[in-house]
Amino acid sequence: MAKSIAELKAIRDRMQAQMNLRKDDGDSIRVVVGMATCGIAAGARPVLAAIVDEVGKRELADVKISQTGCIGVCRLEPIVEVFEPGKEKVTYVNMTEDKARRMVSEHLVNHRVVSEYTIGAAE
Amino acid sequence: MNFARAHILVCGGTGCTSSKSPEIIAEFESRLKENGLADEIKVVQTGCFGLCALGPIVVVYPEGIYYCQVKVEDVEEIVREHMLKGRVVERLLYKESEEVSESLNDTDFYKKQTRIALRNCGVIDPENIDEYIAYDGYQALAKCLTEYTPQQVIDLVSASGLRGRGGAGFPTGRKWQFAAVEKGPVKYVCCNADEGDPGAFMDRSVLEGDPHSVLEAMTIAGYAIGSSQGYIYVRAEYPIAVQRLKKAVEQSREYGFLGKNIFDSGFDFDIDVRLGAGAFVCGEETALMTSIEGHRGEPRPRPPFPAVKGLFGVPTILNNVETYANIPWILVHGPEKFAEMGSGASKGTKVFALGGKIKNTGLVEIPMGTPLRQVIEDIGGGCPNGKKFKAAQTGGPSGGCIPASLIDTPLDYESMAAIGSIIGSGGLIVMDEDNCMVDIAKFFLEFPVDESCGKCSPCRIGTRRMLEILNKITSGQGTLEDIDTLEELCNHVKNNSLCGLGQTAPNPVLSTLRYFRDEYIAHVVDKKCPAGVCKALLNYSIDPEKCKGCTLCARNCPVGAITGSVRQPHEIDKSKCIKCGACIEKCKFDAIYKA
Repeated sequence: MAKSIAELKAIRDRMQAQMNLRKDDGDSIRVVVGMATCGIAAGARPVLAAIVDEVGKRELADVKISQTGCIGVCRLEPIVEVFEPGKEKVTYVNMTEDKARRMVSEHLVNHRVVSEYTIGAAE
Repeated sequence: MNFARAHILVCGGTGCTSSKSPEIIAEFESRLKENGLADEIKVVQTGCFGLCALGPIVVVYPEGIYYCQVKVEDVEEIVREHMLKGRVVERLLYKESEEVSESLNDTDFYKKQTRIALRNCGVIDPENIDEYIAYDGYQALAKCLTEYTPQQVIDLVSASGLRGRGGAGFPTGRKWQFAAVEKGPVKYVCCNADEGDPGAFMDRSVLEGDPHSVLEAMTIAGYAIGSSQGYIYVRAEYPIAVQRLKKAVEQSREYGFLGKNIFDSGFDFDIDVRLGAGAFVCGEETALMTSIEGHRGEPRPRPPFPAVKGLFGVPTILNNVETYANIPWILVHGPEKFAEMGSGASKGTKVFALGGKIKNTGLVEIPMGTPLRQVIEDIGGGCPNGKKFKAAQTGGPSGGCIPASLIDTPLDYESMAAIGSIIGSGGLIVMDEDNCMVDIAKFFLEFPVDESCGKCSPCRIGTRRMLEILNKITSGQGTLEDIDTLEELCNHVKNNSLCGLGQTAPNPVLSTLRYFRDEYIAHVVDKKCPAGVCKALLNYSIDPEKCKGCTLCARNCPVGAITGSVRQPHEIDKSKCIKCGACIEKCKFDAIYKA
């Protein structure tokens, strides 16, 4: 079917949300999930899956999700770190799927840190 | 497909495909499934990344980790370590000198490039129109059809200073203008994808990696000159390019970017793909159009030029693949942006296919006017095995050589012409001290001799006589007079041939005569080949001082030309020796030499 310019723009916006992670722009938010043996054992896989699902649903084009190895505080796994450009990193600990979903809506969408999940609150 | 947290990009260009990238993709898909990652990680087949020497290439985003020479067996480790646990598989990273580079953009090979025509190659999935759209695809077409008049489109293209990337360097805007002022009603837009120069593969890579950019640009060209039909003439030797091009045409029709009433503007345009059967001369514009018409691919005299009387006798424009690939970028980013790059009258960037004696064989795109030295030393990584750079051949069999003394010459149309070479379509073949320049001239001349269509005698007969003289010289039978005859013949063929094939065929001979005449003279006067290539002029000898009499060479000589007893210096019987070089390879004491 012949597409209009509006449709072209809609495809572009939708695809850009998916394609943005191939761009090396430096101003996106990085979410890093600890995926060492300790993290996986504590349930990091479903946490990661929940973040991916939530970010995908909300079409957050400027969020990049990756994994890392052991952060060093294995007793507090699953650990998720959020790096926002120009801000200090936020470390969330003892994460669950539900906590992860709330973190996405609060922190990644509205830029409000969920203090009660952070490492500062846990210690 | 849902949102994916990571993309695994696997090169699907011709080079990497032949080193098993389709199997690698299949293995990734099955391993990801096995590990329950198939829903969150996407595997994408892309076009060429450019660093073909290190293929197959796999790039993992969002980190941009760059894996080279990946084998099917490595996939399991990448999935288990990197995709699951986030640990980069270091042994597969690209090693530039001592340093290991994780990301593409950290390497000298990429850092010093500016990718415009190749902007989407190795970035998007060429078989997915949506990915092209995400990277501004079809924006330029939408803008042209709704905001600009055809004349404005031509003015923008002219303002960019874009010149034909197929070799001749004719200003694209002016070509379009010529066709636009001709009376219709029928006009055609053609794309020359009959890339025949040995060692050139940029057009193939654009077609394989970003076919939609060519379709979009041709549609824009159709609007600009008032045509409703385009033809892409692509050689049948590029099966992957043909398949992706056909798929792209289908997708584009489905989305309504080809067909009737595009973007509700009342403008109709469609494109057909025509396959070439492998004749080099069909890359020449008039021969190409004759071939599309269904006749034997032979050139015809110009004028009339195609813009006046081209395909099927009506006004036609014909541009090269790379030229088209620049057009959407120019219209999206503005002609000024394009004209900022480059030097003098050579604007923008040019893609070169690096080949021959160079470390990083592959595709590079650089601003026009970049010195040759930067391409060879910084991007290309220099000659392998520490050999000395001797010359570079630009423009394939139609071009000339640039000797080491001119390595700082900027790569642009004017500077190349001044030193007797051309930019050409962008083949760049590097030669080191082991190459004999007379032999190289012979190699390049053999090509037009084989490919001459036979229509005009200077090309058909002249090139053959030139080759005969070169053969005489390399077999040690040449005289100084032959060199003069050769030069005279070159100028005659150059000035009197019908089409570009014959007019440029003598260039490799003329430029080697210009810069390496001493090598020709060594062949005819001293009966020596300084680089040790021309077999007839070589004699293998054994240095009795160095020979330990180990008998290894004698045992390996296929014709029994080496004699001698144990622990005594051996000797080569020159009447039996076939100069195969087997003895040199085997000798452990460097006792055998050729001179």
